[in-house]
Amino acid sequence: MEFIGYFDEVFQPISFMLLLIGTIGGLILGATPGLSPTMAVALLIPFTFQLEPAQGLILLGAAYTSTVAGGAVSAILLKIPGAPANIATTLDGHTMATQGRGAEALQLSFISSAIGGVFGVMLLIFLTPALSKWALAFGPSHLFWLAILGVTVIGTLDSNSVVKGLLSGCIGMWLATIGFDDIMGAQRFIFHPELSGGINIIPALIGLFAIPQVLTMFAQGRKAADAEVLKVQRHPIGAAIRETFRRSRSLTIGTGIGAFIGLIPGVGGQIAGLVAYDQAKKFSPDRKKFGTGHSEGVIAAESANNAMVGPSLVPLLTLSVPGSPTAAVLLGGLLIHGIFPGSDLFDNHPDVAWTFINSMLIGQILMCIFGLYVAGFAARVAQVPQSVMAAIVLGLAVFGSYSVQNSMGDVYVMAALGVGMYFLERFGFVAAPLVLGLILGPIAEANFIQGAMIADATTGRLPYFFSGMLNLTLIFIVVASVVYSVWMEIRQRKLDRKDKEAHA
Amino acid sequence: MSRWQHIIPSGLVALTGIWICWVSYTQQPAQAFLFPRLISTVFVALALWTFAKALLGWSRAGDGISRRIIVNILPGLIVLLIYVFWAAKALGFYTASAIVFFILLSIYDPNPHSEVRSWIKRVIITVGFVVIMYGLFAQVLNVFTPKEALFQ
Repeated sequence: MEFIGYFDEVFQPISFMLLLIGTIGGLILGATPGLSPTMAVALLIPFTFQLEPAQGLILLGAAYTSTVAGGAVSAILLKIPGAPANIATTLDGHTMATQGRGAEALQLSFISSAIGGVFGVMLLIFLTPALSKWALAFGPSHLFWLAILGVTVIGTLDSNSVVKGLLSGCIGMWLATIGFDDIMGAQRFIFHPELSGGINIIPALIGLFAIPQVLTMFAQGRKAADAEVLKVQRHPIGAAIRETFRRSRSLTIGTGIGAFIGLIPGVGGQIAGLVAYDQAKKFSPDRKKFGTGHSEGVIAAESANNAMVGPSLVPLLTLSVPGSPTAAVLLGGLLIHGIFPGSDLFDNHPDVAWTFINSMLIGQILMCIFGLYVAGFAARVAQVPQSVMAAIVLGLAVFGSYSVQNSMGDVYVMAALGVGMYFLERFGFVAAPLVLGLILGPIAEANFIQGAMIADATTGRLPYFFSGMLNLTLIFIVVASVVYSVWMEIRQRKLDRKDKEAHA
Repeated sequence: MSRWQHIIPSGLVALTGIWICWVSYTQQPAQAFLFPRLISTVFVALALWTFAKALLGWSRAGDGISRRIIVNILPGLIVLLIYVFWAAKALGFYTASAIVFFILLSIYDPNPHSEVRSWIKRVIITVGFVVIMYGLFAQVLNVFTPKEALFQ
């Protein structure tokens, strides 16, 4: 119950103001199609440089939480999911809005998001300290495999092609080796003077997430925003609260599935909403009403999306392994303040850790309150033409990456990686494993070298890295995730072929 | 999506992998390249596999690039590259941003080019954007950007 002692930190004037800015800003950014939570958090990092670590994390955490929930606004009112996580919300949410029940859909969405989110953060609060103590038992070989696991799982589960997903992870790990070697001081892959200091994580993150989005908006050409914002009639909030609890089955399914999926590194919130929606439909006696503007659909999808947020940070805060791209960006935010997650965070910076976690808890409630008021305005912002949005994101990306070290080199790296990533994405490569490779690469290398040194002095490298219960378990998970994804890819290909034959 | 659209990028990635692998195994001191060797070996194996799949026509992932995408993207991409690699440093961040913002709006804004109102709107949005960026980065965050060409 250590966390209770740090609640007052959240209510300090500056911290609370940042929490409000992050929450309201996140709701608006989340509602804007094309601005994913990961990109929003990456673009916000430069604004945290001059803040205390805890304050910076409050801003980033609030933005993460509320962008996920804000995506429901455009899903419901415009039928455009603000982020992929909100796809399931459009199914019933938008239908409710077309039936004149937009306010009810928004209220149900924010209330169930808040309930799911609070549950997810409570899970984070109770699991993290225990797991971070357990993480002390991890030696270099375990941490090496854990880093490989982080890249492999996200590379295999988060892409349409297992090989291209893994290859993206390899590209990220290679990019992380550019610069001077830490131990010998040797130059590695420095093919341009601007790269002598290596690739700074923050400009790389901004480039990899923001620039492909800018180019995607360019690719649409001179396209007018054709989605119309649906009018929202008044609806009593009390009725929405009663309806949410009346649909406790869907709420429980959504919250449980979201929290569980959040804990699995790499799976993330994109599928949490869809899986929860599907399961809620299967277990509901009113399953035929799903898709026709049924409240259970919105409740299950949105509670799952936000229940995923807290648990997705458990691997990051305990083992330094970001479980999702957004968690990877948050890790970047921690590292620039000289804070390394894991037991060090809870032993040496408990104020930072608990203030951040507590702010996410309070943020869920603020998100619910403000979400209902900001929704109408956010939906209008979501209609801002893509040309304006692309130019704004480009400007923020250039200024943000420059402000990291006042270096033009960072801006060049940001743009080069971003443009390269856009073209790679067009051919089936994915940004998430590349980013995780870039972030986990140094962790994997440091532990690999350290482990190799220990192994050379003791048992030899092969037994050191390939024996012991923990090593074998981690290797098994790495192999299992690859095998499972390959099997799923083959199965999907067979289904596609059958589908094509049936249509022929 | 044609087979060449898979062959060319996967071939480029495979070439990059081979170069990384060659550098990792030939550069000294060997200890400094221990981890790059491990990574580059896996990199090359996966890249060659991807390339072989592309050659055999088994690649499925990705939407490729159509002529329409190239036509739409090219003006914006050229502006982006000039902005980042020349204008931001040569003209100053705020001047370059204002020019680039206005050009991008002029190229991609769906509002008609024949209406004066659309142009006034574009100018107002551009000025608003630059003022907000200046307030945020120069005044609040104290970021020192390269010298401006048009003002101090």
